[in-house]
Amino acid sequence: MTDPDTAGSVPAPSPRQRTVVRSPYSDGEWHRLHPLTPLLRGGLTLLVIIGVIVANLRERLVEWVFPVFTDLPPGAIPPDPVDFLLANNLILIAAAAALVVLIVLLVLFRLSWRFHTLRIGEDDVEVRSGVLFRTHRRAPLDRVQGVNLTRPMLARLLGLAKLEVVGAGLDANVKLEYLSGKDAEAVRGDILRLASGRRLAEARADSGGRSSLARQAAAAVGSGLQGFVEGEDLSDAEPESIVRLPFGRLVASRVLSGSTLVLIAFVVGIGVAASVSTLWLLFTVVPMFLAFGAYYVRSIARGLRYSIAPTVDGVRVTFGLFTTVSEVVPPGRVHAIEVRQPLMWRPFGWWTISVNRLSGRSSTDTSNDQLAAVLPIGTRDDVERVLRILAPGLSVDEWTLLFRDGILGPVDDDPYVTTPKRARWLRPLSWRRNGALLTTDALLLRRGWVWRSLSVVPLARLQSIGLHQGPLARVTGTATLVAHVIAGTVQTSVGVLDRDDALTLFERTARAGVDAAAIDRTHRWAG
Amino acid sequence: MTTPQGTPPQDPSGSEGPETGALAETGAERSGALRADRHPVAAHPAAALAAPAPDGAAPGDAARADAAATDAAPTDASAQADGGRAIDANVRVDGTYDRILEPRSPRRLPLGEGTWHQLARAYVRVQLISQGAVFALVLVAAVAVQALTGFAWLWIPAGVILLVTAIGLVITPRQARSFGYQLRRDDLVFRRGILWQRVVAVPYGRMQLVDITHGPLDRGFGIAQLKLVTAAASTGVTIPGLTQEAAENLRDTLVAVAETRRTGL
Repeated sequence: MTDPDTAGSVPAPSPRQRTVVRSPYSDGEWHRLHPLTPLLRGGLTLLVIIGVIVANLRERLVEWVFPVFTDLPPGAIPPDPVDFLLANNLILIAAAAALVVLIVLLVLFRLSWRFHTLRIGEDDVEVRSGVLFRTHRRAPLDRVQGVNLTRPMLARLLGLAKLEVVGAGLDANVKLEYLSGKDAEAVRGDILRLASGRRLAEARADSGGRSSLARQAAAAVGSGLQGFVEGEDLSDAEPESIVRLPFGRLVASRVLSGSTLVLIAFVVGIGVAASVSTLWLLFTVVPMFLAFGAYYVRSIARGLRYSIAPTVDGVRVTFGLFTTVSEVVPPGRVHAIEVRQPLMWRPFGWWTISVNRLSGRSSTDTSNDQLAAVLPIGTRDDVERVLRILAPGLSVDEWTLLFRDGILGPVDDDPYVTTPKRARWLRPLSWRRNGALLTTDALLLRRGWVWRSLSVVPLARLQSIGLHQGPLARVTGTATLVAHVIAGTVQTSVGVLDRDDALTLFERTARAGVDAAAIDRTHRWAG
Repeated sequence: MTTPQGTPPQDPSGSEGPETGALAETGAERSGALRADRHPVAAHPAAALAAPAPDGAAPGDAARADAAATDAAPTDASAQADGGRAIDANVRVDGTYDRILEPRSPRRLPLGEGTWHQLARAYVRVQLISQGAVFALVLVAAVAVQALTGFAWLWIPAGVILLVTAIGLVITPRQARSFGYQLRRDDLVFRRGILWQRVVAVPYGRMQLVDITHGPLDRGFGIAQLKLVTAAASTGVTIPGLTQEAAENLRDTLVAVAETRRTGL
């Protein structure tokens, strides 16, 4: 992404910019990571090796400590390399060799640490690593999809944290592991501040309102994000969560999830099987309970310490008891939002919100799903608050369409395109809810009567739009509308819509999508 | 590449020379000497934005195509007269079909307005040959193994493969006629399928890359497959049987047009 303004402002940085940079890392020079990094990165391997050696020597150690317990006849030499060494007086040589290996390893760790450097520049984040095989990764800042700050248990004890600059693509992240916790926060603030283009905006303001009309237009479409320029000093303060997630509700929500139904089905199945055949089958319940118990504990631990808050640079989500993850999703990086209500949550009025966004990881990474749920569970008010910060710039009318009609609906004569009468038998329960609606900057897809859900696809992020019709749909004169967005957990299609309405919607969405993309300026969200 | 000042994408007015006409009438048999003429098109995105060529340009008439290429001014004028409403087809290829095959039901997804471009007829031949070869090979192999070893159960997997290929052989000629694509002002619309109809609109600015692939058999018949890739894996627009000329022209056009309308993710 070559940004003419960026290129223009590089030779003459404004004096104000200096005050913007806060951490020692982000001064445009090359820096090394935290000195304890090799311990955490390679230390685990060393621990494993030591563990293996200790496990092998266990017998020997026992023998040394409790010579009584040895069951070998006195004088007999067991088939053990250590005994071989002892018998041949090679123990010193062996110890020296072990020491050399250890020193070499330490030197290698040290070397790799010295060669692992990072630079946070005006327009990109760069990381160089490797001793023999050098890699140099550079991530342009205007393509940053988010910055994740992870504190694994072990690193947290040492006061360290790792930072992940999320890029668009498979395995496209720039990882800065490890930094001290304070630095990591500051570096994240700096990266986001640089990525937001706020400096560019200031530079432009300094240069005396050059192209002010175009800039004003851009600011207007950025729905008042320009105002964030003033709020800069608050950005590093710990923001207060707008959702409080009580422990009891978290546990209840996990217990009332679909996996519990599976567990009950299993138990009933095994019970029936045991009653008709042998009673021993009942014991298969035990490992199953263990597995499910572990699953519950893990998912509850992950949901603990959850917080979500709006910041200058986007939505900040924090979660996790042992491994704390804190991620910031800048504006315009959410490709689809889904508000869902599992059946068993309905009596309590709980909802969950998940989003599609680029995680920059390989598709097999299992942590993708946990990053998708921005609100694991919340009441109606929580949902409203979270949606407001995920989709800012919704007008009051749109809000009614989204919330009253879309999430809680249907309401009589709401403007959603729904299932026609002749095709109701294809959606026997949800025909009233099943529908789609195009607002000025989002496509709303409403589905389900038993499992209610609403998908919100921002038009500025819509990649393409499709319309499908199979033989059954042709007979009933309906069609399926599919919004193509980046891969994720959100379901972005709705079937059995009236054919003519769906065609109109398809054309209007295609046009609106192009227009929305043309005026979208979120790659530099503050400018 | 969006400009920070918020300038809209370049408007497709003026600036096109005779290349537009030449590209619009490109035929598979066009001599290599004319290739050089086409290159400026890729360099000037705006030149790619031309209205539909007049219908008088009958496909298959190479002489006329060359005439239009050398004297494209009238074509161009009519393109402007059309208001530059749609980027159209810089790929009028010989040997395509004359209309898209649709389901008979009135409740189908209709074609709508605009000119649809279709696949080359050679695509059906390539498909029939390759699927026929699979059919024959499996049949021969199954018979041979049966004769040599006497395993009768072998016919279960072989039968499944034979049945699937046979169905493929029957429906391919019809299916090929259901493919179509349309170049509109801001997006490419692609449609396929008769029993299962699928229509997709891909904005030019969303294209990440355009892929052209051709296997040995494709090369023999002079066809290629063109694939559009966006950030969404589900877009799935693959135009399987274009002539190689058409595929390359379409790719150049798409890349050029996408460049002027580039947006973020």
